[in-house]
Amino acid sequence: MLNIGVILALLGAVLAALCAGIGSSIGVGMAGEAAAGVVTEDPAQFSKVLLLQLLPGTQGIYGLLIGFVTLTQIGIMGGSSDVSVVKGMLYLVACLPMAFVGYKSAIRQAQASVASIGLVAKRPDQFGKAMIFPAMVETYAILALLISILAIFGIGGLAI
Amino acid sequence: MAQNQYLYAVARIRSRELRLLNASFMEQLVTAPDAAACMRLLRDKGWDGGEPEDSDGMLAEEQKKTWGLMKELVKDMSVFDVFLYVNDYHNLKAAIKECKSKNAFSNIYLSQGTIPVADIRKAVEENDLSSLPEGMRNSAQEAMKALLHTGDGQLCDMIIDRAALEAVRQAGEQSGNEFLKLYGELTVAAADIKIAVRAARTKKTRAFLEKALVECGTLNLKALADAALESEEAVAAYLEKTDYEDGAQELRKSPSAFERWCDNLLIRRIRPQLHNPFGIGPLAAYILARDSEIKSVRIILAGKRNGLPETAIRERVRETYV
Repeated sequence: MLNIGVILALLGAVLAALCAGIGSSIGVGMAGEAAAGVVTEDPAQFSKVLLLQLLPGTQGIYGLLIGFVTLTQIGIMGGSSDVSVVKGMLYLVACLPMAFVGYKSAIRQAQASVASIGLVAKRPDQFGKAMIFPAMVETYAILALLISILAIFGIGGLAI
Repeated sequence: MAQNQYLYAVARIRSRELRLLNASFMEQLVTAPDAAACMRLLRDKGWDGGEPEDSDGMLAEEQKKTWGLMKELVKDMSVFDVFLYVNDYHNLKAAIKECKSKNAFSNIYLSQGTIPVADIRKAVEENDLSSLPEGMRNSAQEAMKALLHTGDGQLCDMIIDRAALEAVRQAGEQSGNEFLKLYGELTVAAADIKIAVRAARTKKTRAFLEKALVECGTLNLKALADAALESEEAVAAYLEKTDYEDGAQELRKSPSAFERWCDNLLIRRIRPQLHNPFGIGPLAAYILARDSEIKSVRIILAGKRNGLPETAIRERVRETYV
C-alpha cells in the first residue's frame, strides 16, 4: 500500500542532505580554488588555508545528520514505518530549515572563507582573526540544525 | 557565478601583491647614491631580468613577467585588451611614420599589443588596411592621408591618439565590468585634461581642441575646451567643479606635479581592488600597479643617470599601489 507519510518524510530527509550537500560542495570548491592559489605562491600556508577551506563543508555534514535522524525516526533504517500523512508533512517541514539555510550559508561562508584566505596570503600572522569571519556564518547553520533536529524529535512524540 | 571564475587567480595575485614595490622601497631608490646602487636594490628585490647593467632589459623583463603570469592565470586574455589598445595604436603611429620616413627603426615598437607588430607594419607598408580592426582602419586611413597631404606629424598623432582613447573607452564600456569601465573613463578623462592643459599652454585653437578631446562621462568637453582657450588657470578652475578637483591644486603647483597627479589618479581609484577577493578587478589592478611601478623605476633610474637632485626625482615618482 502507498504510504504517503513516509514519502513526504523521506522527501524532507533527501532535501536536507541534498541542498546542504550541494551548498557545501560549491563552498568547499570555491575555497579550495582560492587556497590552491595561495599555496602555489607560498606552500608554507597549506595548513592555514586548508582549515579555511573546510569551514563551508560542515553544512553538508549537518544535512546528512538531519537526513539520517529523519530516516531513523520514520523507520526506514529499521523498525516500524507507520507514518501518517500529517506526520510525514511535519517531518518534511522540519527538514526545510537545514535544507535552505544549509545551502545558502555554505555558499556565503565560502565567500567569507575566500576573503579570509586572501587575508592569510597577505598577513599569515592574522590567521586567528581570519578564521573568525567565516566561522560567524556557521552560527546560522548550527541554528538551523538545532531547530530541524528539535522539530524531528518532537514530531516523533506526537500522537497524530 | 562570473565572479567566482578567478578565485585561484585572485588568491595568487594576493600573494604576489606582497612583492610589489611599496613607498618606502621607492624612497630607498630615490635616496640611493646612483643608478648602479638602484639596480643592486632592485636585483635584491627579485628584478633579475636582462644583463647586470642593462636597466631597459630588466624593465622589459619585468613587464614580460606580469603578462606571463596573467597568461598563466586567465584563459581568455581578451579581457585585458582594453589595456593593450594604447600599445596597438602606438605601433600604428610608429609604422605610419616609419613608412613615411622610408627608414627602418626596430626599437620604436611596443611588444605587448593585441595585434602583432609585423601585421600592422605590413598593412601600412602595403597600404592594405583591411586586415586591421575597423576602428583602427579608419583612423589609420585618416592619419596616413593627413600625413601625406600636410606632412604634419602632430596631426597624424592626434588622429591616432583620439582613436586609441575612443577604443579604450568603448572597450571598457562593452566589457560589462565596472572596474574596466572605470579604467576606460579615467584614461580618457586624464588624457582630456592633459590635452586641455597643454592646449592652454601652447594657445591652440578651438578647432584643434574639438578634434583632440574625446567624449567621456565625467567631463563636459565644451566647458573644458572653453577653459583651455582662456588659460591654464581657467582649466584649473573648471577642474575644481568636477570629480577631479584635487588635480587643480597640482596643476597650480607645477607641470610635473600635474603629470604625476594624472598617473596617480588611476592608482588611487583602483586601490579598493586590494580588498576585493572576487572577479577580474584585482588582476587588472595588479597589471596597472606593475605598469606604474615600472614607470616609477624608469623615472628614478633616468633621474639618477642624469644627476637630478633627489627632490626633483621624488616629485616625479608615482604613488604606489601597496
